[in-house]
Amino acid sequence: MAEASVAGGYAAGEGRKLNLKGLASVLAPWALPITLLVLWEIASQSGFVNARLMPAPTKIATTFWRLLLDGSLFFHTLASTQRAVIGLVIGGGLGFIAGVLTGLWKPAETLLDSTLQMVRNIPHLALIPLVILWFGIDETAKIFLVSIGVFFPIYINTFYGVRTIDPQLVEMASVYGLDRKALIQRIILPGALPSILVGLRYALGFMWLTLIVAETISATSGIGYMTMNAREFLQTDVVLLGIIVYALLGKLADVATRAIEKRVLVWHPAYQVKSGSAK
Amino acid sequence: MSVADAYEPESTGGLPISLSRVEKSFGALNVLGNFNLDIPAGQFLAVVGRSGGGKSTLMRLVAGLDGADSGRVNIGGRKVERLHPSVRLLFQEARLVPWQRVIENVGIARGPNWQETARRALADVGLEGRENDWPSVLSGGQRQRVALARALVSEPQILLLDEPFGALDALTRIEMHRLLERIWTARGFTTVLITHDVAEAVALADRVVVLREGAIALDIEIALDRPRQELADPRAVDLQRRILDAV
Ligand SMILES: Nc1ncnc2c1ncn2[C@@H]1O[C@H](COP(=O)(O)OP(=O)(O)OP(=O)(O)O)[C@@H](O)[C@H]1O
Ligand SMILES: [Mg+2]
Repeated sequence: MAEASVAGGYAAGEGRKLNLKGLASVLAPWALPITLLVLWEIASQSGFVNARLMPAPTKIATTFWRLLLDGSLFFHTLASTQRAVIGLVIGGGLGFIAGVLTGLWKPAETLLDSTLQMVRNIPHLALIPLVILWFGIDETAKIFLVSIGVFFPIYINTFYGVRTIDPQLVEMASVYGLDRKALIQRIILPGALPSILVGLRYALGFMWLTLIVAETISATSGIGYMTMNAREFLQTDVVLLGIIVYALLGKLADVATRAIEKRVLVWHPAYQVKSGSAK
Repeated sequence: MSVADAYEPESTGGLPISLSRVEKSFGALNVLGNFNLDIPAGQFLAVVGRSGGGKSTLMRLVAGLDGADSGRVNIGGRKVERLHPSVRLLFQEARLVPWQRVIENVGIARGPNWQETARRALADVGLEGRENDWPSVLSGGQRQRVALARALVSEPQILLLDEPFGALDALTRIEMHRLLERIWTARGFTTVLITHDVAEAVALADRVVVLREGAIALDIEIALDRPRQELADPRAVDLQRRILDAV
């Protein structure tokens, strides 16, 4: 503010320059992708790249429109999202419960933690052949894999969050007569929340990754199935569209967690909007 | 901001504290040995001593946060076995819960009608209108005032303060002294203030005890008029010198 008043007569010109600068900084991140898209379009239109292997962006856009109209895009996206959400709720829920339990209760830690740390080292995608043997190729198999994929990041970060609560706060709470339930509700869980949300971010990454792999191997619906099916008929445009949908779903999940973080961590200095009200 | 205007006096009275033949060691380190101290109800006692002299240990014993190896710690004639509901502590750090708003911190115990009592306690310490702030936006002095309000809502009969003003600047500290003295005068709870600052001890306490090598090296009355002036009283300067010699 002080600088603006000092600038005096130059204020208008400065303002316009700033606006242009602002606009440029908003557009800058888009410059590279747009340029690439244009180049790609030109390359495949002119036959410089094989349109069969790398169809033009406009071709993908028409495919998108076609699959949107015949409902199959929606159908497959819904199937994938459903699996993702069910797997996340089951695996994430169990991971959260196990994390809180082992974090708070020493016997649970002794009993569970070393086993879980050991199992964690098995890449869960290595279980695919086994899972197909157990569950066939129906829904259970995919949900099982997703659940395992999200379990560990949530478990580990919940456990860590509960364990690293400031012991001085816990002591204070006991001085003020908080019982165990109030202590967990008001001190331990909110204190562990930032860490739990970090776990959630990782879990969402694993969730889509697991789903992509699981659906390409064994499914009759879902984006992964859609792309594998398209591959057999050499519909490269559908394959690329599938990849784009996965990217968008991943981005959506990330935006959602950021929104949750911003909402529930309002107390955290890192999320506070600097306002003039604080003295 | 004037702290005085908001204050409404209400006397809760105090409880006597008595320590007899108390021993406390950590491993081979004997922190308190054969320690005796009687604090009458309503007295304002200051404990001064060198760092590591066992002041915090003493306070934790009185609060019931730790147990003595042997001997008795009594509050109101009864042995302290665990945390006593009418004892409140103020630590060197404010220990506010960062994810609870100021008013929720003050009403941490969520007693009946807690919002109303918390609001009144905040007004007592001069923090009207800050009820819905997050602790992270408060200054150090304001945080300690919230902690003081939190200690006061439950109308304690004993208030233990472990260097609560140590991290504050000199002016804020004087402001906190006036605030504490005023509330103590009105309510009459027994107060134990642990401090490094001899001037602070003389400015606030009825009685100063010097703790050295786990025993009491000096125990003097501070019979100065209240409310006390922070500076320039020759009797206060003389008392400060005597205490410093003993530390
Ligand atoms: N939980 C503990 N385990 C081991 N030693 C301890 C423990 N608590 C305190 N001590 C030791 O007991 C001695 C007295 O500590 P205490 O905290 O009571 O000192 P203090 O007088 O409060 O010091 P300061 O003024 O620096 O706060 C110190 O030597 C300290 O290292
Ligand atoms: Mg100490």
